[in-house]
Amino acid sequence: MQNVKIVVTGPFNAGKTEFIRSISEIEVVSTERKISTGEEMRLKETTTVAMDFGRISVDDDLVLYLFGTPGQKRFDFMWEILSEGMLGFIVLIDSTRPETYREARGILQTFKIYAPTPYVLAANKQDCEDAWSVEDIRLALRLDPKIKLLPCVATNKESVKNVLLELLYEILGEMEKSSE
Amino acid sequence: MALKGNLRDFSVTQLFNLINLAKKTGTLTIERSSEVARVNFREGKLAYAQLSSEDNSLPAILQRSKKISHNQYQVIQSRAANMTDKELGLLLINAGYITQADILNSLQQYLISVVRRLFTWVDGFFHFDASLPPPDDRIPIRIDLENLIIEGSRQIREWEQLQEEIPSLEMSLKFADRPDANMRKLNLSVEEWRVVKFINPKNTIKQIAEATKMNDLEIRRVVFSLLQAGVVELTRPTDMPVVGIINRITTPQEREAQVSLVNRLINRIRVA
Ligand SMILES: Nc1nc2c(ncn2[C@@H]2O[C@H](COP(=O)(O)OP(=O)(O)OP(=O)(O)O)[C@@H](O)[C@H]2O)c(=O)[nH]1
Ligand SMILES: [Mg+2]
Repeated sequence: MQNVKIVVTGPFNAGKTEFIRSISEIEVVSTERKISTGEEMRLKETTTVAMDFGRISVDDDLVLYLFGTPGQKRFDFMWEILSEGMLGFIVLIDSTRPETYREARGILQTFKIYAPTPYVLAANKQDCEDAWSVEDIRLALRLDPKIKLLPCVATNKESVKNVLLELLYEILGEMEKSSE
Repeated sequence: MALKGNLRDFSVTQLFNLINLAKKTGTLTIERSSEVARVNFREGKLAYAQLSSEDNSLPAILQRSKKISHNQYQVIQSRAANMTDKELGLLLINAGYITQADILNSLQQYLISVVRRLFTWVDGFFHFDASLPPPDDRIPIRIDLENLIIEGSRQIREWEQLQEEIPSLEMSLKFADRPDANMRKLNLSVEEWRVVKFINPKNTIKQIAEATKMNDLEIRRVVFSLLQAGVVELTRPTDMPVVGIINRITTPQEREAQVSLVNRLINRIRVA
């Protein structure tokens, strides 16, 4: 039996838990806590305090786990993901909150270094009226044109599937490149 | 209730705000690794501030603000070593060396500079002692806290932004490989040069901060400006473990196995 995993990361409230919930075949093993203090309370009631995880079984001997990172601005959990079987990662961006874009860029930088594996970015909450367009977010994040930034609605399964597939194509592409 | 804790949970600016609003009198002591700061307040106004690492005698302060020369400083140090600041101040004014306004200005500038440095402290233990009044051998000063608090809040925002840009200090730096980059032509500050000397994937940013005796805010500022200038790039520390299936592929057979694995995943997700 082989276990592989994809990590879903991004700033507080970006939709990481929702993303995993939309595709996981098990109830997301969630570690939500009620938020008791601070500005963040105005945004939502619960936040993820440890890794979330969801599962997609492929066949009798292959399982894909989706790991969601906690929303707090700390990186202690990094050591947890630095284990066997990581394929790549997804950085979710809350398209409706430009004040979090800087943090998203910091997270991307950190992951590129701790976990130098293929990745894609997803501009989440594209269904919201106040969402920035993908092209504007690309500029705001100063992304290289080679990097994939996909529109996403984490509550919609097809949209989540699309993001995951794009990451897997990216991984395939990297594997082919490394054979040259 | 005792006013004590760690700056990580309650910042210097927040403390100043509290002292200002409650019009407190007393002494705030902040301790971190090798340094102690004492800040005195009278009725919610800044009365005095000193750092353990710095000569804060009146002659030293006057010399730093260039109101007296180095020679004058040495003469005063040797002849007036036992005088209090108040006595010495009077003596200098009466001798026509300096005006009262000069002394008060220099002291104010100095106290503000100490407070500015305290705003860069992002951790350290603090306690406020209401039974410890401002030292009475010092020349009394009263500085309103409001403007300092505004300045401090700006700095907190800067700190938060820098933490977002550079979330972890466990990363290393390397020089950007730009053939056109010529370090000598760059206009680097003293701090930036100090950091540049340690740039090497073997050193984490944290280790560089220790070697250059910079705190978390100072090192992030320097690293951020070097990143912005395109001089350096973040990189993995050389002793960090290798992760990721892709990084472990060494043989064509392994590659083939991994490619087939990814294809199985793709087919599975398509039908999900
Ligand atoms: N309209 C809309 N709402 C979304 C979308 N994705 C997530 N949300 C909502 O945004 C809020 C935050 O989603 P979560 O999945 O809890 O976000 P998170 O990234 O796990 O948050 P933390 O764990 O606290 O960092 C929830 O109310 C979700 O229902 C989306 O694509 N569209
Ligand atoms: Mg969550």
